[in-house]
Amino acid sequence: MDLRYTEAEQAFRADLRRWLAATIPTLPEKPAPTDWPGRRAYDTNWQRLLFDAGYAGVDWPVEGGGRGASPVEELIFKEELERAHAPYVGVNFVGLLHAGPTIITEGTPEQRQQYLPAILRGDNVWCQGFSEPNAGSDLASMRTRAVRDGDEYVINGSKIWTSHAEVADYCELLVRTGPEDSRHRGITWLILPMDTPGVEIRPLATMAGSTEFAELFLTDVRVPVANRVGEENDGWRVTMVTLSFERGTAFVGDLLEAFELLASSVALARRTGAWSDPGVRRQAGHLRAELDALYAMTRRTVSQAARTGVPGTGGTYFKLAYPDVRNKLGEFSLSLLGRASLGADDLDGLDGLGSLPSEEMVEDWLRGISLTIAAGTSQIQRNIVGERFLGLPREPSASSGKSA
Amino acid sequence: MDFEPTGIQGELAEGIRRLLAGAFPLDQLRTRENQEKVIDRDGWTQLAEAGVFSLCLAEEAGGVGLGLAEATLVFEELGRSLVPGPLVATHLAAGLVDGAEDGSVVVGMVERPSGPSANVLPVFIEHLADLDVLLVLSDRGIEQLDPATLSARPSRRPMDPLTPVWSVSSLPEGEPVAGPEIVAWWRRDGRVLTAALQVGLAAWLTDLSVAYAKERQQFGRPIGSFQAVKHLCADMTTRVELARVGVQAAGVTIDQPDVGAPDVVAAGAKIVADEAAITNGRSAIQVHGGMGFTWEVPVHLAYKRARLHATQFGTADRLAEMIADALADGLGGPTDVG
Repeated sequence: MDLRYTEAEQAFRADLRRWLAATIPTLPEKPAPTDWPGRRAYDTNWQRLLFDAGYAGVDWPVEGGGRGASPVEELIFKEELERAHAPYVGVNFVGLLHAGPTIITEGTPEQRQQYLPAILRGDNVWCQGFSEPNAGSDLASMRTRAVRDGDEYVINGSKIWTSHAEVADYCELLVRTGPEDSRHRGITWLILPMDTPGVEIRPLATMAGSTEFAELFLTDVRVPVANRVGEENDGWRVTMVTLSFERGTAFVGDLLEAFELLASSVALARRTGAWSDPGVRRQAGHLRAELDALYAMTRRTVSQAARTGVPGTGGTYFKLAYPDVRNKLGEFSLSLLGRASLGADDLDGLDGLGSLPSEEMVEDWLRGISLTIAAGTSQIQRNIVGERFLGLPREPSASSGKSA
Repeated sequence: MDFEPTGIQGELAEGIRRLLAGAFPLDQLRTRENQEKVIDRDGWTQLAEAGVFSLCLAEEAGGVGLGLAEATLVFEELGRSLVPGPLVATHLAAGLVDGAEDGSVVVGMVERPSGPSANVLPVFIEHLADLDVLLVLSDRGIEQLDPATLSARPSRRPMDPLTPVWSVSSLPEGEPVAGPEIVAWWRRDGRVLTAALQVGLAAWLTDLSVAYAKERQQFGRPIGSFQAVKHLCADMTTRVELARVGVQAAGVTIDQPDVGAPDVVAAGAKIVADEAAITNGRSAIQVHGGMGFTWEVPVHLAYKRARLHATQFGTADRLAEMIADALADGLGGPTDVG
């Protein structure tokens, strides 16, 4: 067990830190949160800068056009980006973290050539069409149907939680090609160009007021068979291979933000006098203890990935433990703001009063609520831990009368 | 950076686990419940021979010369096996008290109370009848007392049946043997090692619960198939995993102080490990249902031991206030060092 970085790792960090220090000040002003064309331009510009500096797809294998960095370098990359307050991956999320890795592993040489460089350069933006209104935690029950017609699939159905659909060029789309009840054995993975006739987008605002989600309605949408990744009815496995790219760093930026939010909360408590309350100090100390343990867990998972090349169980434990800590931190910061949490504006210069981090804290509290739901609810995570890691028997299934 | 245990570290933990399974079987330990003396001197010598007390002592001083990181692996196994006795105190005393390192002298430890509660609450001392030496820690330093000279009252009902306790209204002055800098070091390392014992208890409680949930049938199926029970078990193992890496990271940070803030992570590790052990104790009793509330099922032994450890080397609330002080002094995040 060694927490010291090697000389090569330190050099990687130093080079990156220098590049970030020189590059971040040259970035254009951030667009408004609801200005999606502006946000696409901002995020793809950032991706292009990363590409030109050799940092695009830092964790992608070299044969996919990436840098082929080690899991530890990937951790350092995310640490330094967060430390420099660099732009978030934003609209490039699905391309870089999901569709790209899937095409690297399962795509044909032509598909790799056509799609991967454009993702790395920031030319193409991708969105995800997996979940459906009636297929959430039970994704394998999805019903959006694709029927073969010559060299094309004809698709009808709807998708939900399709982030950045409004500004995406392509959608990684899961469709039902097998019989209605074929579950995970009858799903196919397709590349859907978003300008195809029959694709209708309806934005879906979140309770946090953000607008990145959308619903997709697909009516007689025609996609060439050449856009299929993997075999027909093998899409479930194709989707799962992406998981092998997960090396424990998915929440590094988020977690480091939590350390900063705790520091701003402490600073606020000291200004308001709440810090003299032992209960407030104890909450802060407890939160820091939990955040430090979560960081240790991140380092353990990354180290396991570096040793074995496959993701360990740490990511699942993290996914279960982190949201609770993050939500406690959200409640803590909100209680320190008191009634100043009623307006999510950064108040400054109000008759000589100092500025307050209301916007940051209220936004963060709201966003934190999604963590126990997004990318697998905490209840599903507990089933995974209980059944796959602890070997407990499966829940009796009411619909089929047998174990699901 | 490679935070995975090395092969040698893994073998160390495995070796101690084998030794404990042979030398400290639970049914034998249980014959000593509520006795005034619970330490088996042969067993204690075997622990010493395996390096439990001399692990972190330098080789030139007759020790094994390993770090606190390795000690966390060993102490997790000791916790899991419910080995009774002042393990942490004797480990810390190796190098200061002759005979601690080879198991010939059993060393106990107690904090001299300070503040208003010192006039209200008696001082409780663990394992007094088994001790050869008692060390008293305070901010001023360490004093040594002869346990035989204390007139203390034994408890007829110790909370942990395998940790007999005695109470005195106040502690006499002892012979000074070390200064305040050693106290700070022992308190910090003592927190990490006690936290490692807690991780072992939390893990054992999880194992007992998972095994029971697979075997116990109600409504015609194993209770572990129901999410209400399964999710209790999932949360238990998640707490273990989180506490374990926290404790190991604290051990490594003390061995390699340039990678973090040793005092802060040591305090944090104990907070998270106390929480894991105590909460898992409650969950384990719940999974076992009515049987969990019986004396017969050993779950209560681990739960009570966890509650005992929570009072040693600083309570979670006191430790949280220490971390808060560091935060107020501008403690940085994980990327501000290394």
